[in-house]
Amino acid sequence: MTAPFRLPGRGLVDQGTDLEFSFDGRRYTGHPGDTLASALLANGVHRVATGIAYRRPRGIMSAGVEEPSALVQIEEPFPEPMLQATTVELYAGLVARGPAGRGRLATAADPARYDAVHAHCDLLVVGAGPAGLLAALAGARDGQRVVLVDDQPRPGGSLLGTAERVDGLPGPEWAAGVVAELAALPDVRVLSRTTAFGHYDDDFVLALERRTDHLGFDAPAGTSRQRVWRLRARRTVVATGAHERPLVFPDNDRPGIMLAGAARTYLHRYGVLTGRQAVVFTTDDSAYAAATDLVDAGVTVAAVVDARTTVPEAWAEQCARRGIEIRAGEVVTGTSGSERITRAHTAPYAGGRLHGPRRGVDCDLLLVSGGWNPVAHLYSHARGALHYDPARGAFLPTGDLPNLRVAGAANGRATLADCLADGAQAADAPASTRASIPVSAPVPATEPVPDQTPGLVLWSVPDPAETDGGEPRPRFVDLQRDATVADVLRATGAGLRSVEHVKRYTTIGTAHDQGRTSGVIASGIVADALGADIATLGTTTFRPPYTPVAFAALAGRDRGALFDPVRVTPLHAWHTAHGAEFENVGQWKRPRCYPRPGESMDRAVLRECRAAREGVALMDGSTLGKVSVQGPDAGELLDRLYTNLISTLKPGAARYGVMCGVDGMVLDDGTVIRVAEEEFLLTTTTGNAAKILDWMEEWLQTEWPHLRVTLTSVTDHWVTVPLVGPDSRAVLAAVAPDLDVANAAFPFMTWRDATVAGIPARICRISFSGELAYEVNVRGWEGPRLWEALIAAGEPYGITPYGTETMHVLRAEKGYPIIGQDTDGTVTPQDLGLGWAVSRKKPDFIGKRSFTRAENLRPDRKQLVGLLPEDPSLRLPEGAQLIATAAVPAPPVPMLGHVTSSYRSAALGRTFALALVKAGRERIGDTLYAPLEEGVHPVRITDPVLYDKEGTRRDG
Amino acid sequence: MTLADVEHPDFLWRNPDPASGYDVVVVGGGGHGLATAYYLARNHGIRRVAVLEKGWLAGGNMARNTTIIRSNYLWDESAAIYEHALKLWEGLEQDLGYPLLFSQRGVLNLAHTLQDVRESRRRVYANRLNGVDAEWLEPEQVAEVCPIVDISPDVRHPVLGATYQPRAGIAKHDYVAWGFARRADEYGIDLIQDCEVTGLDIRAGRVVGVNTTRGRIAAGKVALAAAGHTSVLAAMAGLRLPLQSHPLQALVSDLLEPVHPTVVMSNAVHVYVSQAHKGELVMGAGIDSQNGYGQRGSFHIIERQMAAALELFPVFARAHLLRSWAGIVDTTPDASPIVGLTPVAGLYLNCGWGTGGFKATPGVGWCFAHTVANDEPHPYNAPFTLDRFTTGALVDEHGAAAVAH
Ligand SMILES: Cc1cc2nc3c(=O)[nH]c(=O)nc-3n(C[C@H](O)[C@H](O)[C@H](O)COP(=O)(O)OP(=O)(O)OC[C@H]3O[C@@H](n4cnc5c(N)ncnc54)[C@H](O)[C@@H]3O)c2cc1C
Repeated sequence: MTAPFRLPGRGLVDQGTDLEFSFDGRRYTGHPGDTLASALLANGVHRVATGIAYRRPRGIMSAGVEEPSALVQIEEPFPEPMLQATTVELYAGLVARGPAGRGRLATAADPARYDAVHAHCDLLVVGAGPAGLLAALAGARDGQRVVLVDDQPRPGGSLLGTAERVDGLPGPEWAAGVVAELAALPDVRVLSRTTAFGHYDDDFVLALERRTDHLGFDAPAGTSRQRVWRLRARRTVVATGAHERPLVFPDNDRPGIMLAGAARTYLHRYGVLTGRQAVVFTTDDSAYAAATDLVDAGVTVAAVVDARTTVPEAWAEQCARRGIEIRAGEVVTGTSGSERITRAHTAPYAGGRLHGPRRGVDCDLLLVSGGWNPVAHLYSHARGALHYDPARGAFLPTGDLPNLRVAGAANGRATLADCLADGAQAADAPASTRASIPVSAPVPATEPVPDQTPGLVLWSVPDPAETDGGEPRPRFVDLQRDATVADVLRATGAGLRSVEHVKRYTTIGTAHDQGRTSGVIASGIVADALGADIATLGTTTFRPPYTPVAFAALAGRDRGALFDPVRVTPLHAWHTAHGAEFENVGQWKRPRCYPRPGESMDRAVLRECRAAREGVALMDGSTLGKVSVQGPDAGELLDRLYTNLISTLKPGAARYGVMCGVDGMVLDDGTVIRVAEEEFLLTTTTGNAAKILDWMEEWLQTEWPHLRVTLTSVTDHWVTVPLVGPDSRAVLAAVAPDLDVANAAFPFMTWRDATVAGIPARICRISFSGELAYEVNVRGWEGPRLWEALIAAGEPYGITPYGTETMHVLRAEKGYPIIGQDTDGTVTPQDLGLGWAVSRKKPDFIGKRSFTRAENLRPDRKQLVGLLPEDPSLRLPEGAQLIATAAVPAPPVPMLGHVTSSYRSAALGRTFALALVKAGRERIGDTLYAPLEEGVHPVRITDPVLYDKEGTRRDG
Repeated sequence: MTLADVEHPDFLWRNPDPASGYDVVVVGGGGHGLATAYYLARNHGIRRVAVLEKGWLAGGNMARNTTIIRSNYLWDESAAIYEHALKLWEGLEQDLGYPLLFSQRGVLNLAHTLQDVRESRRRVYANRLNGVDAEWLEPEQVAEVCPIVDISPDVRHPVLGATYQPRAGIAKHDYVAWGFARRADEYGIDLIQDCEVTGLDIRAGRVVGVNTTRGRIAAGKVALAAAGHTSVLAAMAGLRLPLQSHPLQALVSDLLEPVHPTVVMSNAVHVYVSQAHKGELVMGAGIDSQNGYGQRGSFHIIERQMAAALELFPVFARAHLLRSWAGIVDTTPDASPIVGLTPVAGLYLNCGWGTGGFKATPGVGWCFAHTVANDEPHPYNAPFTLDRFTTGALVDEHGAAAVAH
């Protein structure tokens, strides 16, 4: 079925295939190769949206990414807000509607996939129009690795929308031929439907490829819908063309008012007539081609209204031949119609004023052309400076950047021949790096074109109401934001002088087109109003992205399971099979406890604690960060990083160590063992592993590069199993028959290599629980075998697996802080009672200088203490603040400290907590108060060590 | 009617040429500089004041921030100054006679780990004792406040709860700046644009003027409010500041029907989001790690931020990024500002607000004006001295609240 405004046999669409689609609840037919806009126009539909502020009908202004008006909401196959109808490729079953300025998000998650790819090339060419194609060809024939990206489904750029011929061929055919040659070369990649949307430092260009959007419901599920190309190019040629500028006049927003070039594109590319009776309003030559092409296709052009008094002779002749009236020196001063333009009003215009009588002319299409803006966005992103060209009324690129060149219409070239010539030499390196043979392509032949008559720069047509009286009509500058000339004048009247201020005051240029149609015009109106020079006024800054990009495309694969991949230890399967409850610690999943069926977490933890204190228990400690420190200066480096002395450690021994920041605040803690003379292995807290390695590397690389040390993360090389409790020695002896486990032979804070359950293992006698404990380390893949063997050997002793919660309780009973839980970056080792771990002998280490600062010597610093709530069953919430009085005074209430850790203790038979309290050690024995939601609770301050203060259990 | 439903006043400010001298020269016409000028006149009767701005008024971070306003900071010193600011916000539209689109829609800070929960609850307890409205919300309550937050326990970073400050919210940054500027202009204060300070004239330990791209201007006192460029200015007085300047990026989407009624911030899933009045989603994340003054960020930061946004709000998948940009933020070692006197007589410092100084705008203007007028800090900014980096009396909001903005 042929739609009423489709010309059979014309255009590049496949008129033999029908695509059914629905818009605003009505069904229509279009064809492959259509955009939603062209298909609607073919069906005579111009009104597609509603203005956001004034609710006025809005139509289709353009045929591309510069569209400021025809924003649509896709409903099916999947809701997507605010797409330009001119950029939506048509597919069968598309359901869309024209909203009133705001889009609607889907309520369900997007099922599509998105991804990203890196690519490198010698030459990146953006735009497959005449200039870009020749640049790519020249580079490719020179043997360069070339990437050519273009946002359309087929190459040709402007050639798709004109009837121009190149090398005697229709433009699109010539373009296809060039691309065929390019595609045949091994080092050339041609990406269609791909928009370069941002240029970043170091010649990094981001492009979005729309891979399956045009397939609609038929999009294969396994293929990413959109792909971000991260392109690193030695050199970039920006050949992105130019956008036609609309004209601003009263009621310039009615459906049926369209850019002249767009009407030409709809005719040649889509075989669509955008009206039956047209008026053309122009300030330059290019719109004449639209007028004559339309007449040749059967449209009546009632008048060409040319604001210039001197009209181009050659074009005047062409018009005369077709019987087109030219109203020279006239402008359009208004329009009539509601859903669609029905009439345009014109008047003579000179010296910035309207003169003489108004005349009306009936039409259903008003084509406008106010000159051309080069698409210099990427050049601007790369910090290229634009300069104003008064002849064109446009801002043009100012010369090449070191690795970036602009070519063709984007570079201000007006004719096809000039664009081709510019593109042909654009692949050549700039003078400084020029090779001996210039890289260029032969410039193909084009048809002669009439000489250009200079354009007239006209930022806005005066409102006749100003002279005639009557109701002023809105003159829209930004259609999507409904911002008018009056808004701009109000801004300048308020004292605003900068276009950035005007933009913000009026919201011009903040919508989808980001000022593509409105920006320069707004600058021009401001300049006129202030009597300022637009050249110095400039335009607002172009910022990425050049065209809107879906959030999901930027997120790429980093979603769901891949957003932040979970790390699990080799023992994870066992934990899952044995009912572990997990907690996230850093990137890891760690068992928090192993509740038995029907057992609460609290009871599980008490049971696990009891096992560790009274029998034997084991946990998966593999997530502890581990860094291997090797080299002749390893000891020296560690002495500088830790507060205590490490270099004196003997092979075979282990030491607890604290690291501070330069401010003297505790950063991390852990154990260090000396593996060999020039090799240490240190552990970090689980969540800090990466941060500490970075920290160490930063110092090593930036401050002490002369130290001969290498640092290697070996966290996941090992499975680490603390075996804890009075019976741990017996269990270890059972699985390590060759190891002398006697206290004297294997004392606290030493380590031994031995065979455990037939597996080579390193066993450290260290303890975070205060119990006799051995930390057994084996290579990762042997972890499960070790674990099973320990469980089997421990069975007679009732061996019990325990999780992080139990670990926390056990260490808290012993007053061992957890860095990051009991500290917050404002706590010194001395505050924690770890003054013994701060060397007095070492000449220097990170943090040392800070320990002598006034603030660090204050007696009322917050110190780590224990807390016993007066009510032994009350488990204080972690984070609760402590105050001095039972009655809470009016705010601000002085706070003396806060609860950092709080548990029920099996060993103590009651609840307890750790807290940081001002002058806490002096307050031991005092009572403070915790104001909670439901009341104020007295708590007694105690020593932080509540269990086995002498350490006999650990050392036994 | 304009799109934003705001009726701007007919007149904002004159565009005067600089006079030969002023009692006070404020360097930097961002929100802080403008508010300071306004309160100098309003609270202290000092009207011979110029605000010197090297570009267009409030075109720095003031024009680039994501406008989150809240006062639920952990430490007493911070809570006091931010709460002072929030109270001023609550009367500011009235005071300035300008519609600021100040919207107390609440701010949620999500907790995703047990440690987040501890820190969050600690902050809530502290806030309440400091008289700051704060609540701890369980996941279901979070969903009541913001239904599109995914609170299912099965996601990578489940929402374990959130702190909520109902009086927190957002405002329209430009209008705030213009509101202050207009009132300052009414007091006769000269707002001078395109006027970059290139040197400080210091004689015998006292500042007596500034050199600018528009000539020398004598000054009784000079108040620096240049945000990301403060180190450059302080260097002109021979001062080395403990500041690092970093790019911080933000972005907006297309206009959408209302989906997001509040402000959501998440540290573990690093992003923060609100939906502005017109309907666009406004979001940001962390600073770019490199130093620089180039108001340009790196693209991978945006990609990462989008991944985080989708993790929290899967429904955002097909919203579109329309525009992204960067400002230059001045960060300090303890993530708290520096507001007060300097070793140079008559030279005052306001900087280090980093990623979170918009919310402080009226409060800092008030306190900085007091400091300049009296040559003595206001009690609210007294803790935020420059010499705390020597004495160690830091107000470390890093580890404590670990929330930016
Ligand atoms: C992307 C982003 C998001 C943010 N989000 C938030 C948020 O959600 N909430 C929040 O509270 N804060 C936020 N901030 C921080 C906030 O914007 C700043 O802390 C605050 O704006 C700084 O104060 P200001 O407004 O005076 O700064 P600015 O507006 O940057 O003002 C400083 C001015 O000094 C001028 N200047 C510099 N050097 C000179 C010179 N030599 N001579 C003359 N003038 C000079 C600059 O041009 C500039 O206009 C954000 C910042 C950014 C960049």
